[in-house]
Amino acid sequence: MATLPLLSMTIFLPLLGVLVICLNWGNSEIVRANNARWVALWTSLVTFGLSLVLWWNFNEAVSDFQFEDKFQWIPLLNVSYHVGVDGISLPLLILSALLIPISILASWTSIQVRVPEYMIAFLVLETLLIGMFSALDFILFYVFFEGVLIPMFLIIGIWGGERRVYAAFKFFLYTLLGSILSLLAILYIYFEIGGSDIPLALTTPFDPRIQIWLWLAFFASFAVKIPMWPFHTWLPDAHVEAPTAGSVILAGVLLKMGGYGFIRFSLPMFPEASAYFTPLIFILSVIAIIYTSLVALVQKDMKKLIAYSSIAHMGFVTLGIFTVDAQGLQGAVMQMVSHGLISAALFLCVGVLYERIHSREIADYGGLVHRMPRYATIFMFFILASLGLPGTSGFVGEFLVLLGSYQVDTWTTCFAATGTVLGAAYALWLYRRAIFGPLLKPKLKSLLDLDWRENLIFAPLVISVFFFGIYPMPLLTMMEASISNVIDQYNLALEVAGDDLVDPKKSLEVALFK
Amino acid sequence: MLGFYMPDFRLILPEGILVVAALFLVMEGVFRKNVTFRSLVHHALLALIAALIVLIFMHQPGYKEVTFEGQILQNDFIYLAELLVLIGATAVMAMSLPSMIKENFVSFEYPPLILFATVGMLLMVVANDFMTLFIGLEMQGLSLYCLAALKRDQIKTSEAALKYFVLGGLATALYLYGVSLIYGFTGSTNFETISSVIRIESMEELSIGLFLGVVFIMASLSFKVSAVPFHMWTPDVYQGCPSSVTAFIAAAPKVAAMVVFLRIMAGPFLLLYGEWQSLIVLISLASMILGAFAALRQNDLKRLLAYSAIGQMGYVLMGIAAGNDEGAQAVFVYLLIYMVMIIGIFGCLMCLRGKNTEGIQNIEDLSGISTLHPKISFILAIFMFSMAGIPPFAGFFAKLYVFKAAISAGFFGLAVVGVLTSVVASYYYLKIVKVMYFDEIPAAPSFSYGQALVLSAEIKIVLNICAAIILLFFAFPNPVLQMAQQAALALPI
Repeated sequence: MATLPLLSMTIFLPLLGVLVICLNWGNSEIVRANNARWVALWTSLVTFGLSLVLWWNFNEAVSDFQFEDKFQWIPLLNVSYHVGVDGISLPLLILSALLIPISILASWTSIQVRVPEYMIAFLVLETLLIGMFSALDFILFYVFFEGVLIPMFLIIGIWGGERRVYAAFKFFLYTLLGSILSLLAILYIYFEIGGSDIPLALTTPFDPRIQIWLWLAFFASFAVKIPMWPFHTWLPDAHVEAPTAGSVILAGVLLKMGGYGFIRFSLPMFPEASAYFTPLIFILSVIAIIYTSLVALVQKDMKKLIAYSSIAHMGFVTLGIFTVDAQGLQGAVMQMVSHGLISAALFLCVGVLYERIHSREIADYGGLVHRMPRYATIFMFFILASLGLPGTSGFVGEFLVLLGSYQVDTWTTCFAATGTVLGAAYALWLYRRAIFGPLLKPKLKSLLDLDWRENLIFAPLVISVFFFGIYPMPLLTMMEASISNVIDQYNLALEVAGDDLVDPKKSLEVALFK
Repeated sequence: MLGFYMPDFRLILPEGILVVAALFLVMEGVFRKNVTFRSLVHHALLALIAALIVLIFMHQPGYKEVTFEGQILQNDFIYLAELLVLIGATAVMAMSLPSMIKENFVSFEYPPLILFATVGMLLMVVANDFMTLFIGLEMQGLSLYCLAALKRDQIKTSEAALKYFVLGGLATALYLYGVSLIYGFTGSTNFETISSVIRIESMEELSIGLFLGVVFIMASLSFKVSAVPFHMWTPDVYQGCPSSVTAFIAAAPKVAAMVVFLRIMAGPFLLLYGEWQSLIVLISLASMILGAFAALRQNDLKRLLAYSAIGQMGYVLMGIAAGNDEGAQAVFVYLLIYMVMIIGIFGCLMCLRGKNTEGIQNIEDLSGISTLHPKISFILAIFMFSMAGIPPFAGFFAKLYVFKAAISAGFFGLAVVGVLTSVVASYYYLKIVKVMYFDEIPAAPSFSYGQALVLSAEIKIVLNICAAIILLFFAFPNPVLQMAQQAALALPI
């Protein structure tokens, strides 16, 4: 197996599916749509299988990049096609590969117009996401990172809800504004190290005076993506208007691009600047956790509520990352994976209702447990997972983050911990209003419970949330070596720097008078 | 060695072919009774392709020669520029026929005027002397004014042409005044002589008059590339002219003028870099900002493209401002990709017609055409994403090159403004995608748009090539980048 370029195959396999769908055989619109669905499903399933093969062959003891492929792409610029994964990117890669078939299955009946185009968009998205998590060259990374905007823009805009145009534009422009600043930072790094190789950049020390600017440029792009308060306003709109599967990918994978960026780039490349900005991140994270939880409490729209809860959960991720502590960082990655599973499942739960009633208002529901017992059980499971009940993966992530941050800053941890209480409040209240109570609304009286397809969608999510909640070791060992590598490098850089820490005055001087 | 000087005519063979063909076409149009417009266009196309083939086969890499007593230069840089100009002219010529016939715009002057304009552009590019450059500029300019005025029975067109002509005349006057100043203070109009005069004299001895001359020349060239503050003609001319003429004005002349801009700045005035670069930075900043914001409110497609062109030229100027090897490469890569995109966009717009085969005017006329014409709208969407600079399309690499040049020269502020305006500009490119893909076909359209698709074999070929270049550039970037590198090496930077 060692000779096969497994990782590149995983990245580009979905494009093969796109080509097959483009052939567009079939006599009628319906046949073509069905063909596209099956091709997309099988392609994404095989891709998921390949990602599992990657996991199987992954050597957990090594912190280096594995499954590396490298060849010259643009020799004139010293830019190469360089991919590889380590223990930080592999879990997110597998998560993406898992969620794509689920979202394709989730749109099996709800998407009826332009089905081939829809499937193509999702497969292209899969290639871009997997490529983004495994790119080891800055230009390549940026191409994947920003390329994601195009399919997502189209998915929200073509198949979205009523205010889809507004949401699609806001999503696109907001994230473009963030990410394009990091392009300049990438170019600066390019001239510093004479190339765009990420592993090389990771081991190059940068002048602390410049680090502030580079860190801020990357921060702009990742903080918008993740999103941190106050850069989060695009997220509720995008989530509410996107089709169910779009929300699944948005919450499940796209938000993780920001967290991944912080761990991969900000910490190792700019340790001094990261240390300097840690208080800022802590404050923003705590505000995000408490404020967005409170906002979630008063939402009337289910999707909006879950969207705000996502921002709160991502607050835990940023908090965990910038503790730069083994537990905190592992907790952050764990939280990313588990949030990817749980929020995806919650959006799917809302999608199930939306497909039947065509409403996302909480007030339109109530007493669903009488008609849909199976659905109520699954929804409850994910609600509990979302508020971090022990025994679900949500607990592991949040607990590790809080454990890590407690060793760094007690007060921050105290405030962040209130977020879990608030989380329980909005999640349980949502559940009570939608599921319990008397079944009064006439529209709801003829509701059907989950069919076999919907059961099939939820099964892998339930299993993995439950499994990683009880036994998170496979994930934790997978990321352990890479994370301790990041932490060692960070601490070493800070020790070497000693008193030569970041001084904003000097940085300003460099910027103004260089 | 012969007693008299014999210029090397081989260097102007493509120009020669085009001149002869243009004269022949004029004769044909005037004297042949039953000649059709179609055959005239085809003949012009043949001449352009012949010139292109001659140019490609005559070229030897690394070759450099000055001839016609220092008036004309030939090297890799100029070869590439000529190639771009000829390709641009050929592509527009190939695409324009069906739309012109549908618009009943079949004056036989069109093909020869295009050829004359092309000769003018080639002359601009090969010129090694301010006087030859002037001939080229005027030949191109006058042909373009005539082209703009060809549809003389329409008020809007006449207005556009008149505006173009008057402002163009002003630019010419500025140019001549600048050249006379330069001649007065250096004693020559030849690029190389001027360059050596500036090199010999130290900065203190150079007169302020010389700088004034440089500024005047920059002003007139800014007019040609439609950079702020000399951009006023662009929206009106784009809007007023028939699409085929607009497509021509938007593609090749911009490339030629920008190449000349780079050649002059990086040639005779290279050593005055410290003096002119702040001006270029200013023009570039103003163009990017105006191009981004002014287009936001435009509803007319061609006006929107005009403002977008102003913005895009701002990015190219960023490459010139860098004033180094990286910058020259960036200019070439950007111009090439820009030309391909703009030809493709106009190609799409010329294909899409209303029920009575009238042309597309407003953005709303494109509403929902993705269901009617999926292929054309897909191609147009790719061009729009590429114009916005979103990877993996070619436009991203063009922007990457330009920003790279700016960073390498230390223009961080310029680069930051550049990326921010590119975000603003992406709004209106996305708006076109939105109209095509997100909007429904209106139930009772005021304008029966997009019903007919006017295609010909030539349009299909050109559009497919353009789309393939933009879509697949990321996979095979090296040939283009290598060409740009070769061209930049031939510059004295």
